[in-house]
Amino acid sequence: MTTSGAAIEAVDLVKTFGDFTAVDGVSFSVPKGTVFSMLGPNGAGKTTTVRMMTTLSRPTSGTARVAGLDVVRDADAVRRRMGLTAQSATVDELLTGRENLRLVGDLYGLDRRTVRRVADELLERFSLTDAATKVVKEYSGGMRRRLDLAASLVATPPVLFLDEPTTGLDPRSRVELWGVLRDLVREGTTLFLTTQYLDEADQLADRIVVVDHGRVIADGTPLELKDRSGAASLVVAVSRPAEVERAAEIVRGEVGEIHLDRDARRITAPAEGVGALTRIAARLDEAGIDLDDIGLQRPSLDDVFLTLTGHRAESEAPGATSDASAEEALR
Amino acid sequence: MTAPTTTTAAGRPFHAEHPSAAGTSPVRQISALVRRNLTHIKRQPEMLTDVTIQPVMFVLLFAFVFGGSIVVPGVDYKEWLLPGIMAQTMTFSAFIVAIGLNTDLGKGIVDRFRSLPIGRSSVVVARSVSSLIHSMIGIVVMSVTGLFVGWGIHHGVLRGLAGYGLLLLFGFAMIWVGILFGSALRSVEAVQGVMFTTVFPITFLSNAFARTDVMPDWLRFLAEWNPISSLVQALRELWGNDGIPLPADSALPLQHPVLTTVIWSVGLSAVLAPLAVRSFVNRTRD
Repeated sequence: MTTSGAAIEAVDLVKTFGDFTAVDGVSFSVPKGTVFSMLGPNGAGKTTTVRMMTTLSRPTSGTARVAGLDVVRDADAVRRRMGLTAQSATVDELLTGRENLRLVGDLYGLDRRTVRRVADELLERFSLTDAATKVVKEYSGGMRRRLDLAASLVATPPVLFLDEPTTGLDPRSRVELWGVLRDLVREGTTLFLTTQYLDEADQLADRIVVVDHGRVIADGTPLELKDRSGAASLVVAVSRPAEVERAAEIVRGEVGEIHLDRDARRITAPAEGVGALTRIAARLDEAGIDLDDIGLQRPSLDDVFLTLTGHRAESEAPGATSDASAEEALR
Repeated sequence: MTAPTTTTAAGRPFHAEHPSAAGTSPVRQISALVRRNLTHIKRQPEMLTDVTIQPVMFVLLFAFVFGGSIVVPGVDYKEWLLPGIMAQTMTFSAFIVAIGLNTDLGKGIVDRFRSLPIGRSSVVVARSVSSLIHSMIGIVVMSVTGLFVGWGIHHGVLRGLAGYGLLLLFGFAMIWVGILFGSALRSVEAVQGVMFTTVFPITFLSNAFARTDVMPDWLRFLAEWNPISSLVQALRELWGNDGIPLPADSALPLQHPVLTTVIWSVGLSAVLAPLAVRSFVNRTRD
């Protein structure tokens, strides 16, 4: 059943905590050198899946392989070949950035000279050289996340697991981290990342699985998933409020059914290809109606999520801040 | 974060530059982790108050506040008290292990350690070693304090060292208590609360601060069978801080305090170690 070339593979993974089933038969296969994203709301089972894949938690049933090695039987060998950036910060607050990386290097058993070199290289690569001798407690959230990621890379693992790597980061730090991750992939690393941010999966992933309540409810490329939630729609934004009704009449005349949002001055209609778009644009122009915008819009992954699960990605478990805490409470 | 791209821009493939992890010896793992734990003490020296200011305060309180009304025949109370406080300090190494371990367990750092190819026991062994070092710092501070208030070792170097050796052996047994409490309880506050209400009174229910031969019979029985009393009696005899000989009707453990301390330490370790290990393994399984 091993797909040749798969860096990460899971078959029917199940994890239960008492009566609660956190992960309910999840399977996937990730080819070497690609980015795989597990997308889902809080409590969907993402963290539990990552913990099983990274040997921190034993699957109740099912099998998982990382770099061709079984995560239960060959746990130690798996640990030598993968890096993990967990959701909660896993660096030591009372050590400096450099001490943290050297500690990890020592624990991996790299020789001492290599430990020093690798630590300094990683600090440089993640722009932490200036903060190398500062205690982590004084780091910003973004710096901590980068150090955490750096710590996962000390032994240059071919497979890297990231559990919600950008949760809690400001937009700029997020985009920067995405850049780092893209570099890693370019260099041949296989990435497995969980996220509840749809745009993050859209930006980074070659393949996405959408999970909810411990089950995979959809998988495919970002494009395939968007297509699945329906065709693109035609969106017309009218400039002047007074002309909205008239514009709506014209669009309705062309395509039949429309959705009108008077406050936003927006008309949305099922798109029937580019032909309809040019025809409608011409008719509105003839009628002398000014438009802010007209175009075809693909559904966002947000729409995909809504279509698939019947609820918004972020709407669940308002009190819980993470998968981990939701599941922690149930243990 | 502008630099990350420069490494790749320079055309050096990241993977080729680094060696892969070869696996490591337990000694290397443990020494790296001990160094980490000791760095914590260096960064937060106030962590040492439990083995420095606190026992010194106890010496001063008992020697000068209560001491006047406690009479131990044949010896100055301050001299008699010091081995008691040292034994108490060593008993509290259970606290140090429990709090250190529990603090780590409550943080993501344990996940980091567990995701690395290291022995599961390395984290616990390193915590034990650094806690014993922590406690030994306290013993050194107490010895120096003792010299100032009139305590001393009167039976030579060998018996003096034997006393310190017994302290260390007893500390080793206390570590298992610490691992058990530290793994089983869910928060540092719980550890502090539970241990303060159990271990702390047990150190007082002994011969550490007051004579047992004047206690009511039932209390005397408990106090004299308390492992801490054996340790204290052994230290007093080895170091010559015991004043008049032990009353003939003392309980058996106090008649052979060195042997009993060894038996207690080994026995407690034998019983508690499997429980402590099981508790730690359960705590870190998922």
